[in-house]
Amino acid sequence: MSIDRPVFRHPQAAQNSAGYTRRDYEGAISTLCAGCGHDSATNAIIQACFELSIEPHRVAKMSGIGCSSKTPAYLLGRSHGFNSVHGRMPSVATGANMANRELLYIGISGDGDTASIGMGQFAHALRRNLNLNYICMNNGCYGLTKGQDSATADRGSVGKKGVANPYSSIDLCELAIELGASYVARGFSGDKQQLVPLIKGAFAHSGLAFIDVISPCVTFNNTATSTKSYEYVREHIEATNTFDFIPLQQEILAHYPEGTSQEVVMHDGSIIHLHKAEAGRDITSRRRAVDTLEEEKARGRLLTGLLYVNPDIMETHDIINSTLRPLNSLTEADLCPGNTALQQINAGFR
Amino acid sequence: MNKIERINDFVVRFANVNGSGSASANNLFAKAIFRLGIPVSPKNIFPSNIQGLPTWYEVRVSEHGYLGRRGGFDLVVAVNGQTLLQDYRELKPGGYFVYDSTRELSADFQRTDITAIGIPLTQLCNDAFQNPKLRQLLKNIIYVGSLAFLIDMDFALLTDAIERQFAKKPKLGEPNIKALEIGYAYAREHYPDACKLSVRKIDKLGDAILMDGNSACGLGAIYAGATVAGWYPITPSTSVVEAFEKYAHMFRTEKDTGRRKVAILQAEDELAALGIVIGASWNGARAFTATSGPGISLMSEFFGLAYFAEIPAVVVNVQRTGPSTGMPTRTQQADLISCAYASHGDTRHVLLFPCDPRECFEMTADAFDLAERLQTPVIVMSDLDLGMNDHVSPPLHWDDGRRYDRGKVLSAEDLDNLQEKWGRYLDVDGDGICSRTYPGTHPTKGAYFTRGTSHNEYSAYTEESPVYQANMERLLVKWQTARTLVPPPHCKIRDPESRIGAVFFGTTTHAAYEAISRFSRQGERKINSLRVRAFPFQDEVAEFIHRHETVFVIEQNRDSQLRTLLINECDIPPQKLQSILNFDGLPITADFITAKMQACFDRQGSSRPADIEGGNA
Repeated sequence: MSIDRPVFRHPQAAQNSAGYTRRDYEGAISTLCAGCGHDSATNAIIQACFELSIEPHRVAKMSGIGCSSKTPAYLLGRSHGFNSVHGRMPSVATGANMANRELLYIGISGDGDTASIGMGQFAHALRRNLNLNYICMNNGCYGLTKGQDSATADRGSVGKKGVANPYSSIDLCELAIELGASYVARGFSGDKQQLVPLIKGAFAHSGLAFIDVISPCVTFNNTATSTKSYEYVREHIEATNTFDFIPLQQEILAHYPEGTSQEVVMHDGSIIHLHKAEAGRDITSRRRAVDTLEEEKARGRLLTGLLYVNPDIMETHDIINSTLRPLNSLTEADLCPGNTALQQINAGFR
Repeated sequence: MNKIERINDFVVRFANVNGSGSASANNLFAKAIFRLGIPVSPKNIFPSNIQGLPTWYEVRVSEHGYLGRRGGFDLVVAVNGQTLLQDYRELKPGGYFVYDSTRELSADFQRTDITAIGIPLTQLCNDAFQNPKLRQLLKNIIYVGSLAFLIDMDFALLTDAIERQFAKKPKLGEPNIKALEIGYAYAREHYPDACKLSVRKIDKLGDAILMDGNSACGLGAIYAGATVAGWYPITPSTSVVEAFEKYAHMFRTEKDTGRRKVAILQAEDELAALGIVIGASWNGARAFTATSGPGISLMSEFFGLAYFAEIPAVVVNVQRTGPSTGMPTRTQQADLISCAYASHGDTRHVLLFPCDPRECFEMTADAFDLAERLQTPVIVMSDLDLGMNDHVSPPLHWDDGRRYDRGKVLSAEDLDNLQEKWGRYLDVDGDGICSRTYPGTHPTKGAYFTRGTSHNEYSAYTEESPVYQANMERLLVKWQTARTLVPPPHCKIRDPESRIGAVFFGTTTHAAYEAISRFSRQGERKINSLRVRAFPFQDEVAEFIHRHETVFVIEQNRDSQLRTLLINECDIPPQKLQSILNFDGLPITADFITAKMQACFDRQGSSRPADIEGGNA
């Protein structure tokens, strides 16, 4: 069942520029296992929304089925949410987005939901560059059905069941870049400092922003032999870059020494400012992004951070040339051609 | 030999090779009959193939207004070598065999009870035209010209049609007119009195139109204000969305921006197509998809979600022959059960059954009102025959005073004025329908979490048995409300004392009425009829059946699906319902229904109606 949070608010809780406190972005109390990576990811989303001063009711939360897909209930309680069908979040989010392009859409999915049953829909939402924040909480296993390997489990990784996964794994970030995603990042639920700006950047992005959040399953896949455990990830993590997300109309106060940073201006005018970890990591190059992921993998490292971004690409509405007005706001006067036109159509069928 | 001699009442069959451009020539012929004011019913019988396989086009000309298939054919234009002998053999005695005499017929063609009319189509065409691409198309036009002479058709009717068709490219019109003249002249010279079939101008059509059902469905969605369509190509439904798109370009383009007030997405599969519809409807847009049986199967899980989470969804199902991929280009009415109860668990869906293009238009438009009023999927049950063939239909009409029924949707103001706590699944009015909100409506009120898992009246997750059960029972209350909203059946009582009734729906209608009228004309057998137009069934349906001793249930599937629904939903004793089932993939014929009814009367001891036709019966 859902457990509501108490409505108590600290009178001096900090407010953002829209007048909301952080509590206004919370949802019901989580019923996931204590220590679940998904709860940390949920908190990062809450934090990002708070810091961006997003009006909660202007967000629609979409999800499929699985542990991760439950999390929309635990964040943004003032937003509409839709916990749909296993693997089908992308299509439902697509329809919702088509109906009203003015809302912000956050789609939360898991590795089973995305990399197996929903692979087709994932691929096609990417192709269409749907304006959606697609967050995959990736723990390499099926939690709700008690720990079966998922398609993102690394070959040889051993979860609680004690059997090594014999199949090769799907790297969702590489796939997303291949399939046309215009913003691809990987985060770790244990690294909030990196994850929050990644989510903020995703909100500013016009098009499909995909964030693969490695989010350990404490119950079934946090063993010493698993490559999706807290310990393993912490030991093998490699950040592409650290970066600041500067929302539109906010004065840039930080000073960046010349040559040490890369600036990407997002569609809405926000700026992502990257502090280059090393030379040659141009995140606007698709080919380079895939190479870097593979190179790090070969070195046994899990690359995180913003991996690829193309801020100039058109989102679905612009591709299909649909009106700038929300389609769900149109009325008879906008939509119905009337009987006179119909009589002309009749004449064409005589 | 007794030649068949008829005015304005015969069946012409064209036997062609698929992909040879015959469709437009045959269509030209059907349209010409229509413009003579004679009721006409063309049926394209085509293979799942782009080029090479046999295809037939059957045109029924019926001054009496019978628009179903009759059975059999009186004249055949046989220009497909693969089926030449078959077409020859199936022609009715006394009929006319029009063929390409460039090659002589073999020794197999020895019937003495028919009239053979050889036109050297290939030779005439090759002599007159040089362009090899055009030759193939114009060969078809030549036989239309010959046919015009043979059945006494006003030649100007055809040339007018060509001129209209090529109004913007008169250069292309010229060779077509020349081809018509060649065919006409050849027939006049060589077969001046060969054919006793003829047409005569008569005004039996009034303001009727000749239209395909899929265009009417697409147009219905435009008029109903659909703004989102998610779809996946599948024969025979594809042209529904194509028509929607065509009319959207015509009527929904913003003058100032060139942008369109519509979002049409070709989805990756039918699952995604319905997912898009559900997402858009959830978010307050009118959305729909069109599909056929295999698509319905794929959509099943989503149907359950939409039913239980109570989200409107409009689906046009243009049925085709199953099971599995069946005969993809042949017609059937065989998805009743799969649609009525689509999905896992306890589900029931509203179905609408159009029988002509006007009903395709109206019912598609109504489907949006019903889906939003009832917050549930509504499926418009068309079929290949209705969807892809041209049908004579009353003209389409739209009442400009009509307002869309968006159902129980709360605005920000409504939410502010509420006295009680709002619950997404709280039945305030007792009709089983609760109010909903669109995302983004109000900063603090009306947000809820939609889920396919069990929920309480406030949309919170619960696994409490009584709460789940109460919700499922409320959905039944809503189902009862649906019965009061869906279109009522059309009932025709020809004799209040008659103990015999017939029940049918959709494209079975026209052939069923014709069969019934044959018995009526005989004067001794009045069969009352009820045309079902929607599921759930209203009380009238059960009452009609109860007042008769024997009720024929006529449908185009093997498993008596309408009969099953009637028994299941209306508590009808099964022995009362006599099935008449056609499932050969071709539109049902009046001959077939007549013969089946007669066989039943014979068992009960009765006489035969005078005018049973042969053919497929």
